[in-house]
Amino acid sequence: MTTLTPVLSDLWDAPRSWKLEAYQDAGGYQALRTALSMETADLVTMVKDSGLRGRGGAGFPTGLKWSFLPPPDGGPRYLVVNADESEPGTCKDVPLMMANPHVLLEGVIITSMAIGCHRAFIYIRGEVVHVYRRLLAAVEEARAAGFLGENILGSGYDLEVVVHAGAGAYICGEETALLDSLEGRRGQPRLKPPFPAVAGLYSRPTVVNNVETIASVPLIVANGADWFNHMGTERSKGHGLFSLSGHVAKPGQYEAPLGITFRELLDMAGGIRDGHRLKFWTPGGSSTPILTDEHLDLVLDYESVGAAGSMLGTRALQVFDETTSVVRCVSRWNDFYQHESCGKCTPCREGTYWMKEILHRLEAGKGTEGDIDLLLDVADNIDGRSFCALGDASAQPVKSGIAYFREEFEQGLHTPAWELFPYEANALYSGVAS
Amino acid sequence: MTAPSEQKSPAPVEEVTLTIDGVEVSVPKGTLVIRAAERVGIEIPRFCDHPLLKPAGACRQCLVEVSAPDREGNVRPMPKPQTSCTLEATPGMQVSTQNTSPVAEKAQRGQIEFLLVNHPLDCPVCDKGGECPLQNQALDHGSNTSRFTGVKRTFPKPIKISSQIMLDRDRCILCQRCTRFQDEIAGDPFIDLQGRGGGTPGYEVHGLHAQQIGRFDEAILDYVGGETVTDDDSVGPMGEPALVSATAGNAGTVGPAAVDASGRPFASYFSGNTIQICPVGALTSASYRFRSRPFDLVSSPAIAEHDACGAAIRVDHRRGVVLRRLAGDDPAVNEEWITDKDRFAFPWQSAPDVLTSPLVRDEETGELVPTSWSEAVHLAAQLLTGATGGVGALPGGRLTVEDAYAWSKFARVVLGTNDIDFRARAHSAEESDFLAHRVAGASMDVTYGDLERSPQVLLVGLEPEEEAGTIFLRLRKGVLAGRVKVATIAPMATRGSTKMRAEVLPVVPGGETEVLTALAAGDSEHTQYAALAEALRGEGAVILAGERLGMVPGGYTALLKLVEATGARLAWVPRRAGDRGAVEVGLLPGLLPGGRPTAEAQARVDVAAVWGVDELPATPGRDHTEILAAAADGTLGALLVGGIDLEDLPDPALAERALAGVGSVVQLEVRRSAVTEHADVVLPVVPPTGKSGTFLNWESRPRPFETVLEGPGMSDAKVLDMVAEAAGTDLGTRTVTDTYAELAEFPGWDGPRHEAPAVEAAPTPELGAGRAVLATWRLMLDAGRGQDGEPHLAGTAHRPVAMLSAATATGIGLQAGGNVVLSTDTGRLELPAVLAAMPDGVVWVPQHSVGSSVYRSLGVGAGAVVALAPADSEVQS
Repeated sequence: MTTLTPVLSDLWDAPRSWKLEAYQDAGGYQALRTALSMETADLVTMVKDSGLRGRGGAGFPTGLKWSFLPPPDGGPRYLVVNADESEPGTCKDVPLMMANPHVLLEGVIITSMAIGCHRAFIYIRGEVVHVYRRLLAAVEEARAAGFLGENILGSGYDLEVVVHAGAGAYICGEETALLDSLEGRRGQPRLKPPFPAVAGLYSRPTVVNNVETIASVPLIVANGADWFNHMGTERSKGHGLFSLSGHVAKPGQYEAPLGITFRELLDMAGGIRDGHRLKFWTPGGSSTPILTDEHLDLVLDYESVGAAGSMLGTRALQVFDETTSVVRCVSRWNDFYQHESCGKCTPCREGTYWMKEILHRLEAGKGTEGDIDLLLDVADNIDGRSFCALGDASAQPVKSGIAYFREEFEQGLHTPAWELFPYEANALYSGVAS
Repeated sequence: MTAPSEQKSPAPVEEVTLTIDGVEVSVPKGTLVIRAAERVGIEIPRFCDHPLLKPAGACRQCLVEVSAPDREGNVRPMPKPQTSCTLEATPGMQVSTQNTSPVAEKAQRGQIEFLLVNHPLDCPVCDKGGECPLQNQALDHGSNTSRFTGVKRTFPKPIKISSQIMLDRDRCILCQRCTRFQDEIAGDPFIDLQGRGGGTPGYEVHGLHAQQIGRFDEAILDYVGGETVTDDDSVGPMGEPALVSATAGNAGTVGPAAVDASGRPFASYFSGNTIQICPVGALTSASYRFRSRPFDLVSSPAIAEHDACGAAIRVDHRRGVVLRRLAGDDPAVNEEWITDKDRFAFPWQSAPDVLTSPLVRDEETGELVPTSWSEAVHLAAQLLTGATGGVGALPGGRLTVEDAYAWSKFARVVLGTNDIDFRARAHSAEESDFLAHRVAGASMDVTYGDLERSPQVLLVGLEPEEEAGTIFLRLRKGVLAGRVKVATIAPMATRGSTKMRAEVLPVVPGGETEVLTALAAGDSEHTQYAALAEALRGEGAVILAGERLGMVPGGYTALLKLVEATGARLAWVPRRAGDRGAVEVGLLPGLLPGGRPTAEAQARVDVAAVWGVDELPATPGRDHTEILAAAADGTLGALLVGGIDLEDLPDPALAERALAGVGSVVQLEVRRSAVTEHADVVLPVVPPTGKSGTFLNWESRPRPFETVLEGPGMSDAKVLDMVAEAAGTDLGTRTVTDTYAELAEFPGWDGPRHEAPAVEAAPTPELGAGRAVLATWRLMLDAGRGQDGEPHLAGTAHRPVAMLSAATATGIGLQAGGNVVLSTDTGRLELPAVLAAMPDGVVWVPQHSVGSSVYRSLGVGAGAVVALAPADSEVQS
C-alpha cells in the first residue's frame, strides 16, 4: 500500500503558506545555503543521481538536460521556468505556485547557480492573474531578504528573476514557442536543432524546466539524492503531484511517489462518486490516450503507463463515470486543440478543423457511413506528422477513444450523444440532476 | 574521456554519403535531404521549402521515412516521418521517399488532403491556375476526390495589402514563403502572420482566430474601433469592394515607417517576389489579376532594362501584348529576385504614345506628320550631313551594346564628329577622365559573387536599394550571413543602409573627396575611420562607386588614390542599363570602342581599320552639356537625339533652348517625348521587347537577350544603318549578328590609357542663415517615364519628403509636421519635412519624384547651396 508523501504540498495547509515567513519557518531557503557552499558541478551531479525527470510531461532526465549546456563562453545563459500550465486536466503547477511560490523560487535560484545563469525567467500563463501576483510578491520578498539580486547571501552570486505573464495560448507551453513568446515574438514552435540548450532564449544556452521539476530541486539538495531516489520505481524516481478531477468523490492534488497505482489514488479520492462506476480516465491530461477500468491497477510511472499505450504526462487524472459520452468528451477535447492550434503546420491546423466537423456531426447523431474510419485516418495523418508535439497530442483522444469505445462512435451515426448520455446525469454537481 | 582537441587547419568541404530510395548520393555536409534528393532526380513535393529561404518545416508536405546509424553504427528507423526540407543529410542515412515508402506516400497524401480542406476550388478563375504548385502536386500526389464534406473557412476578399499586392486569404496555405522572403531577403517585413489556428467554417471576420497573413489592420481583424476602408477599384467574387489594408489610422505598424504614395506605410521595393514564390494564388498583383491564363502566355527570357544590374527576367505575353514579367533564375546575378520596378514597370513599352511610324515636320503647317521610312530616312540623312557647324549626338543611357556601338560608329563615320555623350544626367570632365582611365575596356572584375563574400564593402555615391536593387539584395545576404561588412559615405543612414547594417560615414555633399582622401591616408591621425581604412586594405575588400560621385569635384581623383593606397577592388555602378555598354563602345567625346582614347593616333588607326575608313576625327568632342550649349548658341547645326528625358538633365531649360534654337533635330525614340516637339524628323525605334541585343551590367557582364515581340519595328542600330546608307555610308549594323561580329574584330587595346583625373576638392561652401547644402538622389520608384502606365506600382513609391537634422530644422524655425521650402534663383520646392540624423546644414530631397523635380525646380544638383525656410514663414514674408 502506497501512502501519500506530501513534499511540495506539505506546507499548503499552513497559515499564509505563500509568505516567506511561513516557508522559512518550515525550513525554506536552507537548501539554498547548502547549495551556495557546493560546487556547481556537484549540484548537477546530485540532481542527476536523484533520478529526477522532467515533470512537465515528457519525463526527460533533469540533470542530463542541464549537462547539455555547452561550456561557459562568458556570455549569458538562461533558466526559463515553464509555468504556462494549459493542458486540459492539468492543475498542479498553478496550485503549487499559489500555495508555495517560494519553493519554486528557491529551486530557481539553486538551478540558476548550477547552470551559471544570472537572469532567470518564469513564464506563467496570463489567465491566472492571482498566481502571477503571488509570484511577483514572492520575488519581491525574496529580494528583500537577500535571496535574489546582487551578491546573494554574501556568496558573490547574482541573480535576477523575471516573472512574465503569457497572453493566453496553449502553444506557448511548448518550450520553443514559449521562448519565442518570451522574446516578444509570435508564439510558434521553433525548428530543432538547435535545441534550447545550445541556442534558446535570445539564441543563448537555455534550460527550460517545468515548475514542479524546479520546485523539486531544493528538497533534493536539502535531503540528498538518495532520499529522493528511494521514492518511486526503478526508472521513475521521487514524488509527484497527481491531480484527480472529474467524477471522483474528493477531487484534488495527491502527492505520492511515482509508481502508485490508479486504484490507490482513486481510493484516496474517495472513489467514483456514489452510485456510479468508472468508465474511462486519462493518466496525464487530454494529450495522453485514455484508459479504462481495465487499467485500475496500472502502476503510474513513465514506463508502465507507456507500456499500457498511454503516457504518464502531467499526472492529470481526469476521471469519467458511465454517464459520460466518450464522443462528447473527445469532441470537446478536439475543440480545445482546434482552438489552440497555433496554425504553423498543416496537419494540426487543418486536421483538427476537419476532425471538429466530423466529431460534431457524430455527437449530433448525424454521422455518415465511414465517418469513424475517416476520423481515424485523419488522426493518423496528424499523429507523428505535425511540427510539434501538440499536433500529435490532438490525435490521441480520437484514436484511443475509438479504440476503446468504437460502438459509441457508431451510435453517432443515428443517435445524438445527449440522448444517450443526458447532460443532467453527467453533471458533476447533481443540483441539475433529480 | 574526451581527447584534447587539436588545432586543425580549415578542412575542405566535407562530403557525406547517403542513400535515397536506394540510390547512393554524396553531398556537401549541411545539405538538406530534399536537395540531396534533387541531385539524384528524385522530386519530393513541397510548398514552404524554398532553396533561398531558411527552412520552415511548416507545410509538412515533404515527409519521408528515414533511418540513420546510431552511435554504434546500427541503422535505426526514426520513429516518425521526417520533413526532408529541414533535415540535414548525415553519413549512412537511408531515406525512403514517396517512391519507395508507403508510409511517406500516405503521409504526403494526407498533408495535401489537409491543405485542400480549406482551399477553395476556384482554380478556373485563379491567376495561379495552370502554374500552381498546389494544383500540380495535388494532381501528382493527391487523391482524385475529396473526403471533406464540411464547410470551408472563407474570408472577405481581396485585401489590397499595398496598391499593387492583393491577398485572397482563403487561398493561402500559410506556408510563410512571403513573410520569410520579406523578412530574410528584402528586410521589409511589412506582412506577417496574425492570429492562430484553423479558424471557423464559413465566411466571416475570423478576428485573431484563424491564422492569416496581413498588416495588422484593426478593421480586418475586427478590433473594436477599426474602421473598414474599401476600394471599388478591385472587387471580390460577389462584386464586393476590396478591403484596403494599412490605410492611415487603420493599421498597426511597427517601428518608424515612411508613408508610400498611396498613404500606406511603405511596404517594400521587392514585394512582387512574394507573388511569384506564393505556391498558391493567395498573392496576386493588381495589374495582372484576372488578366490572363498562364497556358495562354508565351514566355521569353529577357533582361531588365531599368537599372545597371542586368537582372534576368521572364516576359510573358499573349497575342503581342506583354501581360506580366517575372524574375528569371540566374544564380550569378539576381538569383531568383527582382525589384518591383523590374517586375511591374513594363507598360511604358506599349504606352499610347509609342511611335509607330516615322514623322516629319510638314513645311506648311509646321506639324509632325506620318511619312514613309524611305522619305524620313533620306530627310534625316540630308539634315544631318548638310548641317553647317556639325552635329552633336545625344544617344542617352538606355541602349544595348549593339545599338550604342552603332551610335558610336555613326557619329565618327557619318557625322565625322566626336561630339557624342551618353550621359543624359549630371556629369563632369573628371568623370569622363575616370571612365576612360579606369572603366572603359576593363574586363569583368568585381562580381555579385564577390559582393556576397567581401569582408568589407565601401559604398560612395551609391544607395543600392534605390539605385541598384540587385546589389542591395546581394550585399544584405552577405551581411546577414556574417561574411560582409558594408560602409557607406552618405549624408545619412537610409532605410537601405540600415537594412545592410552599414557603417555610415556621414558627409555633407561635396565632402566625399575629403573622406576618401583621409581613408587613403588610413592612420588614425588622418581619419576617425581607421578600422575601416584597415579593412579596405584587407583581402577581398571592394569599393562600389556610384555614378553620383561624378558630381563631387575631386571625388573620382580621391577614389583612385584610395584604390591605389588600399589595393581594394573597384567597380563603377551607373544607374542605367546602357551606361556600362556606352562607355565600352565609346559614347564619350574622348573615347573610342574598347577603352581607346580618341587622342591616341594609334587608337584611331585601329578603329579606322575595323571600320574600313581612312581616318577618324581627331578633335576631342564636346560633352553632353557642351553639345547642348553649342546647339543653343548656333555653333552646332543639328542634333541627333536618342532616348533622353529632359527632366533628367542638370539644366532642362538649356536643353529646351538648344532644341528650339538648333538648325535641325533628328530623333530616334520609342515614345513621343518633349524632344519630339522640336524634332524635324522622328524615327521610331523599338523598346527592348522588340529587339535582341546585349546589356552590359555594372559588373561588365554581357547580358544578351532575344526579341520578345516580333514586329516591324527596328532597333537604333538598324535605323542608323539605314540613315547611313542614305548618306552613302555602309554602317554594317543592320543586324545584331553583324554588329557583334564587328565588335569581335577589335583587338585588345594595349596602348596608353587615358590619364587619371586630377581634380581638387571644392572648398566647403559657406552657409549663411537659412541656407543648406542640397543632398539628392533618385528613388527607385519616382517620376521616371519608364514607370508610366503603372498606377498600382506608383502607389508603392515613397512619398517624397525633405529630410534634415533637428538642429537645421530648429535653425530655420521649422515646426514639427510642417513643410519646408527649398529655393534658388530658379525656383522653389515645397515638401513635408522629416527629421533625420544627418549633418547640420544639409537637406535631402528626392531628385525626380512626383512633386519633387530638383533640376527643373531648383536648377541645381547635389552639393549646391539652397535657401531653406518653413513653408508658412515664406507665405508670411
